[in-house]
Amino acid sequence: MSTTMSGQNSQNASFGGVQAQAHSAINAAKIAIHNLDFFYGSNRALKSIELALPDRQVTGMIGPSGCGKSTLLRVLNRMYDLYPGQRATGEVLMDGENIIAPDVDLNALRARIGMVFQKPTPFPMTIYDNIAFGVKLHEKLSKAAMDERVEWSLTRGALWGEVKDRLNSSAMGLSGGQQQRLCIARTIAVRPDVILLDEPTSALDPISTLKIEELIDELKQDFTIVIVTHNMQQAARCADQVAFFYLGEMVEVAPAADIFTNPRQRRTQEYVTGRFG
Amino acid sequence: MPDTTEHLVKSFDQDLKRLRDMMTEMGGIVESQVAMAAEAIMQRDTIAATRAVEEDARVDALEHAVEQFVIRMLALRQPMAGDLRQIVASLKITGDLERIGDYAANVAKRSIVLGQYQLPYSLAGLAHMAHLVQEQLKLIIDAMGAGDADKAIEVWRSDRVVDDIYNALFRELITYMMEDPRNITPCTHLLFIAKNLERIGDHATNIAETVYYAVKGEVLPDTRPKGDTSAYAVVRPKE
Repeated sequence: MSTTMSGQNSQNASFGGVQAQAHSAINAAKIAIHNLDFFYGSNRALKSIELALPDRQVTGMIGPSGCGKSTLLRVLNRMYDLYPGQRATGEVLMDGENIIAPDVDLNALRARIGMVFQKPTPFPMTIYDNIAFGVKLHEKLSKAAMDERVEWSLTRGALWGEVKDRLNSSAMGLSGGQQQRLCIARTIAVRPDVILLDEPTSALDPISTLKIEELIDELKQDFTIVIVTHNMQQAARCADQVAFFYLGEMVEVAPAADIFTNPRQRRTQEYVTGRFG
Repeated sequence: MPDTTEHLVKSFDQDLKRLRDMMTEMGGIVESQVAMAAEAIMQRDTIAATRAVEEDARVDALEHAVEQFVIRMLALRQPMAGDLRQIVASLKITGDLERIGDYAANVAKRSIVLGQYQLPYSLAGLAHMAHLVQEQLKLIIDAMGAGDADKAIEVWRSDRVVDDIYNALFRELITYMMEDPRNITPCTHLLFIAKNLERIGDHATNIAETVYYAVKGEVLPDTRPKGDTSAYAVVRPKE
């Protein structure tokens, strides 16, 4: 894959700096999606998707409800395998390996591609066990190593300071924002390559939302992140590149600054400016 | 700049229309200021001169209003893409228009002083320059209202002619001053007037660049047609 998405990187920024710094470089792809179709029974929910998810950067996915963004996330960690009648065709290459091939080990895959959902989903157990639970499925760690992993995960999840004195309390007693950060920490705990976030802040207050956004910014140093969001400002703040989906098609993908200042496609322009319909 | 379809939130369309109307009003006043200033010189019309100066307060007030309104829209609407470009462009253009208004007022003030002198030479060159600058201004204000990128490019390209005339005038006026020191005061005023007109042309070019950006989302190349070489006629760099 080429290292840059935009052909305008060299564009002059004489317009009062409005476009200055607008074109950040996009990394090489961690995941490359080629000609991906997805079917719920006979309903074709994704149509010939071509999309590269850059390594250790944030890809934002925007689009109206039912446009296929969540479906694409479900494809990326093979969630659809749980349901009969749902199938994907095409290629989703992670580091060159096709992860929608039938012989892929799903448990191993889901350890490499973690997912966080719209509503926080803590397990009804202690904070410590919430983190340790997933780790135990994949690794055998000593008590000391597990303690260390729990601290590391909660620290990376920007939650350690708030919970370190009550690791053995129930996770259900945390606030919504804390629960969501716990879920992110739980995802990080198994040390995945990719983190999928499906509207991770839509149930949170603005401050908790900003904490998660700050967290995403830190996590992208180590993880490839995909975030589905209905909040366009959030996509603009968090994402390096943004893909716009409509009716199962990927209409346009570009660096975030381009999508929000100068989208190429008319449908993108109409959606981001609030002219849809 | 105007988009074909409407926003889901109708009041946003109304805001954008109000912004466009404010810009059109401001453009109209500035255009008439320049016209009155030109008339003040050519016809020795002190009433026109006074009106051109007086209009400046309205222009300043409008600039202030546009700035406030833009800040409000950015904060409350969080505009994106074409809307964002239009709104930011308005903020830039309002500054250019305000400067043009200042230059027109300055030309008008000098015309009043000039009225006290007998000018033994023709003002045809200056009249031609004023005419061209007015044309540029009219064209770019139309382009701004209609969101016409082609017209904007036309204005952007036409600035060189104004610069050429300015250079010719510069030499001509220097010659008069050398011929007779009594010409120095009126010719200096004429020189400033010519320079002000030339600057108005430059701001029209700035507006052209901004309109082009707002419409196309792309920036015109940095190498803009620039023809004012009078700086070298005064202080020539050493060989």
